[in-house]
Amino acid sequence: MAAPRVIVVGAGPAGTRAAELLAAAGLRPTVVDEGRASGGQIYRRQPPGFRRDARTLYGTEAGRATALHATFDGLGPAIEYLPETLAWNIHGGALYVQREERARRLPFDALLIATGATDRMIPLPGWTLPGAFSLGAAQIALKAQACAIGSRVVFLGTGPLLYLVASQYVKAGAQVAAVLDTAPPGARWKGLPLMAARPALLAKGAVLIAQLMRAGVTMRRGVVPRRVLADAAGTRVAGVAIATPDGGEEVIACDAVGMGWHLRAESQLADLAGCAFDFDADSRQWLPRADEDGRASAPGIYLAGDSARILGADGAEIAGRLAALAVLKDLGLPAPPGQDVAALRRQRQVMDRFRRGLALAFPWPAGLVASLPDETLVCRCEAITAGALRQSATELDAPEMNRAKAFSRTGMGRCQGRFCGIAGAEIVAAARGVPVEVAGRLRGQAPVKPLPVAALADDASTLEST
Amino acid sequence: MSENRADVLILGGGLMGAATAFFLRQRGLSVILLERRLVGQQASGINFGNVRRQGRFLPQLPLANRSRAIWGRLPELLGEDVEFLPSGHLRVAYTPEAVATMESYRDGARPYGLDLELLSGNAVRARFPWLSPEVMAGSYSPHDGHANPRLAAPAFARAARRAGARIEEEAEVLTIEHESGGYRLNTADGRVWRAPVLQVSAGAWGGRIAARLGEPVPMVVRGPQMGVTEAVPYALLPVLGVTTKEIREVLYLRQVKRGNIVFGGTGHGPAELDAPPHRANPDITLHQFTQLRRMVPALGALRIIRTWSGIEGYMHDEIPVMGPSAKWPGLFYAFGFCGAGFQIGPGVGDVMAELIATGTTTTPIEPFHIGRFT
Repeated sequence: MAAPRVIVVGAGPAGTRAAELLAAAGLRPTVVDEGRASGGQIYRRQPPGFRRDARTLYGTEAGRATALHATFDGLGPAIEYLPETLAWNIHGGALYVQREERARRLPFDALLIATGATDRMIPLPGWTLPGAFSLGAAQIALKAQACAIGSRVVFLGTGPLLYLVASQYVKAGAQVAAVLDTAPPGARWKGLPLMAARPALLAKGAVLIAQLMRAGVTMRRGVVPRRVLADAAGTRVAGVAIATPDGGEEVIACDAVGMGWHLRAESQLADLAGCAFDFDADSRQWLPRADEDGRASAPGIYLAGDSARILGADGAEIAGRLAALAVLKDLGLPAPPGQDVAALRRQRQVMDRFRRGLALAFPWPAGLVASLPDETLVCRCEAITAGALRQSATELDAPEMNRAKAFSRTGMGRCQGRFCGIAGAEIVAAARGVPVEVAGRLRGQAPVKPLPVAALADDASTLEST
Repeated sequence: MSENRADVLILGGGLMGAATAFFLRQRGLSVILLERRLVGQQASGINFGNVRRQGRFLPQLPLANRSRAIWGRLPELLGEDVEFLPSGHLRVAYTPEAVATMESYRDGARPYGLDLELLSGNAVRARFPWLSPEVMAGSYSPHDGHANPRLAAPAFARAARRAGARIEEEAEVLTIEHESGGYRLNTADGRVWRAPVLQVSAGAWGGRIAARLGEPVPMVVRGPQMGVTEAVPYALLPVLGVTTKEIREVLYLRQVKRGNIVFGGTGHGPAELDAPPHRANPDITLHQFTQLRRMVPALGALRIIRTWSGIEGYMHDEIPVMGPSAKWPGLFYAFGFCGAGFQIGPGVGDVMAELIATGTTTTPIEPFHIGRFT
């Protein structure tokens, strides 16, 4: 019998641990990675020629980062590694990948999706100005290129990444003008009982905030942002305007802003694989359905890491192992020695409790999104305003997001709604006076990311079978 | 329940049904349209958007001409823009056989008032310099063009509603019964609908309904294979197509004014009446890339951002079903447009309304009669 074909998509914490375990079980998994080297976003490696040490790059997580890199590098020929490769579609039991001008069809018996997450964005007026970045992008600039996004930076949004990136900027010597958290002051206490599930992590968060305070960084909670302001020429970020309690406005001057409201799962591949999705009320987003080990509803599909549940890096390592064990079990193969599934599941549950605590402590400000002014650009790819989207929901009577997309083009551009879809659903839901889950979610359409027309199929004969 | 009674009931809210509802109101008849889901969501919404007469079955050209005239008046008729762009339509040939087919089609189309300009390879490249050296000839139809299929059927339905038609979405018809004086339909929500006249314009589902009414037709359903590139500066004015007998060479593309290039062809995928729409087949997407580069090499520098499929109804003889029932008085059909219904949609609505209101039509539609299958 031929060895089962197992593909892991993503080489971050979840993908690395899954590949390690599959290889230990005697399989030779294929690991498809959009990155140039393993590590994912959180443990992204610096480009060749950069010489910062792990402590500088990863702070308190240096040990975990180097361990994960070492594990992946140590796999060597035990896996087939495809870096800088886009997994763009799933069809007929095969994953479709592309690297430069080469397109390949990779049939699989099991597909483990560990594609991580991106920032959940709010299309605040001015969010497309040069100098406005997502928190993740602000962090990548620092990690990969040792660059700050500006010389005086405001961080705006909510979630742990807000404080982490701000503190990394402070440590790197950048001037942080302010950290503006939209979470109400009391929200943190609401999340505390659940977040107490991981006291060490909670303590790390407290240390981060203490460091920012010691550095004299202005920190506000319960912020109601109005817009990102441009300079006189209208060509660059010049400040962030926030509401004051008396109904006025306060401007915090800066030349760059990093924004993000926690994370959203990169779940397009699960969607293309035909997986069922459920609305997760805690995080207020749609997530692919999975059992406690990561089995999706579609046969042969497994989910791990932030692309399934935003558990963070440590949770992703556990979820990667659990999903790999589920793959082995379903293929009828023995697990490598020393794997304690019950313990892994318990750890995962602890992390899931923490996840729900975070969602309470750093809530998505749905009301703010729903009330964005009509002239706000919601879909930046297609330049569609909140007003046009509202009109599709009301005047044109679109009952949910996909219909609103068809009428307004919201979510039809290069990003395929990855950055505007969640905010767009809030706007449609509010315009129609229905809960956001009724406004639905944008259905995934291949390719996952733009695919070059220059791509040549490796095996043209595959067409004959269609 | 007298409020659920009208002169005409239309079963199916695609472009054909919505346009028929609109033109029936123009003729003063009361009309109720029943749509199982949302108007224009199936073939009418996911098709390529070709407003093309060139290449049609010649006896269909009078209908296509009538429809083309309506396309030109749409913003004023509907009060909405459906992005109709009379940008011209160009078919290319890669072989001498295809050139001969083009010449004979041009000669056949002329008596119908469709003037096509045949250009040699060099002449067509002189006019459209982005065409590849492999193009041997082009057949240019200056007044054809394209429009936005996502907007057209819903715009007709809204205009019909403004004109007094009842457009009932999410109204799934479960039973159709004959009764004295017409037809009685029951929807899943328990409501009853009555009219002396019924039009079945249920697209891919039309064959199933015709069979239930005792008029089975040979029909299959297929999934068109569509894609769209990122937006680039507007440069490819005419809609492009290929004259060929080889399905794997059949490619069509059009650039919308905002810059994206929509394309389709080179094969079909499966489709099912009772399942969610299939997605586009990636093997076909990749094959389309080779044909895109073959026709316009510069397209090799672009990226695609989205693909899709859906469901279309094809008659075995590639000719739609349109006109009165061969069996029941007051029953009319307009379905099975074989992946080529978008251009003629407004004309179909106009002709069906004329036929229902007056008992006859000035546009010949005999070749499409359902009686041809009995």
